[in-house]
Amino acid sequence: MTAAGADGRRRTAVEVRFHGRGGQGVVTAAELLSTAAFNQGRSAQAIPSFGSERTGAPVLSFCRVDDRPIRSHDPITTPDAVVVQDPTMLHLPGILDGLRPDGLLLVNSTREPGELGLEGHQARVVTVPATDLSRERLGRPLPNTLLLGALAGLTGVVSLEAVQEAIRARFRGAAGDLNAALAADGYRLATESTSAATPEGESRAQAG
Amino acid sequence: MLRQVEGSRAIAETVARCRPDVVAAYPISPQTHIVEGLSDLVAEGRVGGCQFMMVESEFGAMSACIGASAAGGRTYTATSSQGVLFMAEALPNASGLRLPVVMTLANRALGAPINIWNDHSDAMSQRDAGWLQLFASSNQEAVDLHVQAFLIAERLHVPVMVCVDGFVLTHAMEAIDVPEQEQVDALLPPFRPLHMLDPDDPVTIGAMVGPEAFTEVKYLEARRQLRALDVVQEVADRFRDVVGRASGGLIAPYRVEDADVVLVGLGSLLGTAADVVDELRDEGLAVGALGVTCFRPWPTDEIRAALGSASRVVVLNRAISVGAGSVLGAEVRLSVAGTPVIVHDVVAGLGGRPVTRDLVRRLLTDAVAGELSDHELIFADLDAGLAARELEAELEHEETSR
Repeated sequence: MTAAGADGRRRTAVEVRFHGRGGQGVVTAAELLSTAAFNQGRSAQAIPSFGSERTGAPVLSFCRVDDRPIRSHDPITTPDAVVVQDPTMLHLPGILDGLRPDGLLLVNSTREPGELGLEGHQARVVTVPATDLSRERLGRPLPNTLLLGALAGLTGVVSLEAVQEAIRARFRGAAGDLNAALAADGYRLATESTSAATPEGESRAQAG
Repeated sequence: MLRQVEGSRAIAETVARCRPDVVAAYPISPQTHIVEGLSDLVAEGRVGGCQFMMVESEFGAMSACIGASAAGGRTYTATSSQGVLFMAEALPNASGLRLPVVMTLANRALGAPINIWNDHSDAMSQRDAGWLQLFASSNQEAVDLHVQAFLIAERLHVPVMVCVDGFVLTHAMEAIDVPEQEQVDALLPPFRPLHMLDPDDPVTIGAMVGPEAFTEVKYLEARRQLRALDVVQEVADRFRDVVGRASGGLIAPYRVEDADVVLVGLGSLLGTAADVVDELRDEGLAVGALGVTCFRPWPTDEIRAALGSASRVVVLNRAISVGAGSVLGAEVRLSVAGTPVIVHDVVAGLGGRPVTRDLVRRLLTDAVAGELSDHELIFADLDAGLAARELEAELEHEETSR
């Protein structure tokens, strides 16, 4: 993913913003993505945007991946991808701010992208039912690792294997294996949905 | 070895490798992850015989560090914001008694209004406490500065504060090399206290000094701080020789040699500044950036030399000296006094408002175009409309209640 930046310099960074609620692993998602990118020899930086966070409150985090050393720690304002871990937050102010017109909006939802009320947005919209699938595998609604797998499949910013390696390094034992399997689910759903994308660029990744 | 790790965790592991005897701390955001990490490392038996003291307050933390240091132990603590204010009574005791305590200040705004986010007002509030103050521009430098801080502190017998931007650095996960135990051991010999409390050989530490000698004690303290200018640089050089990485030292100039306009700042905003300087250089503007790594003692000669060829300097300060300007701006002005350099004093990035590329770019291009004020404090990221409305209401209230 390279494109000329507004300043004319060759843009080499891929920037992702994660939205969700406290307890859904929003910060962990950005950290896992940064670790996966690091595992692939790239520069990566994960930064949470903390408030006085508590379970259920809106949380966001950032991950920046680049081929060059990353010197700046400023927040990401024009992300290449926005991941929404909680579908009830989709229409809160700020969620879609700055998303690049050629960018990706990845939403944890059981609905079709066309049913999300996002008409008028140029970005590509993909939905995956991450809550349902994580509940099936983990017994808990933790959507972040499946979404990371989907993000890997849709953008190629990191490989599935690198995501799984990062997950297993973070969560030992069964939790690591189950979350790595969820990432694989997400990857599969996303890559299947890519081939089935509608002409409008919207697609829903079906389970199973 | 480079690892993808959170800044706080890397700092905790580095401090552990410095083999402290006592860590005393009270948790406060955004310092929390550092002391939690150290608490875990101590509990896992990975910090030798180190004692982790969970104290009742920051005042207790600094007091415990002072006692432990006076008893001959290598001591460490960390805090933020109001936490360092609660230590304030004890801080000049650590420096006045020549106790080489090392502290991380995870920089956060001072309330009220309560605000947990990053700026430098906590560090500025303690600039005259007699502690050395080093500012980290990145997490790698934050880690490296902690090793250097123990070295400097124990060489001169002065306490050292390592200032690390809260959340922006402490909570950022990135590739960081924590110096190996062998490297730290090669740099940092066992602590040899200047004087030591020992029941078998009783001495008094901290006796009263009256008007007959107090000035001389303070003079010696001031001379010691200035001597630290040499030691800070020597230690940075030594660190580079052993670890193979340039970090620390007094100042961090970036493309200033032929720069017409130079931005001066502290901490993590320097990474953003370097990116913007590169962009503007590509566009043909002669700009540069100057990081002040060692804020106390203040390296006047080095600052003056680094800004020598500039015609304008933009001081970007993440703290305000209410009623005056900025602390950093005033120091820079004094350093270039008598030269034709024009200084623009800017306050921005208070209470967690990010210092963005756009802001840095606008400040530098405005300075090049001669469009920045050189006589009044510039609030670069102020919501001017909101502020004007509130000010009007405030004045109206004063008028009606007279």
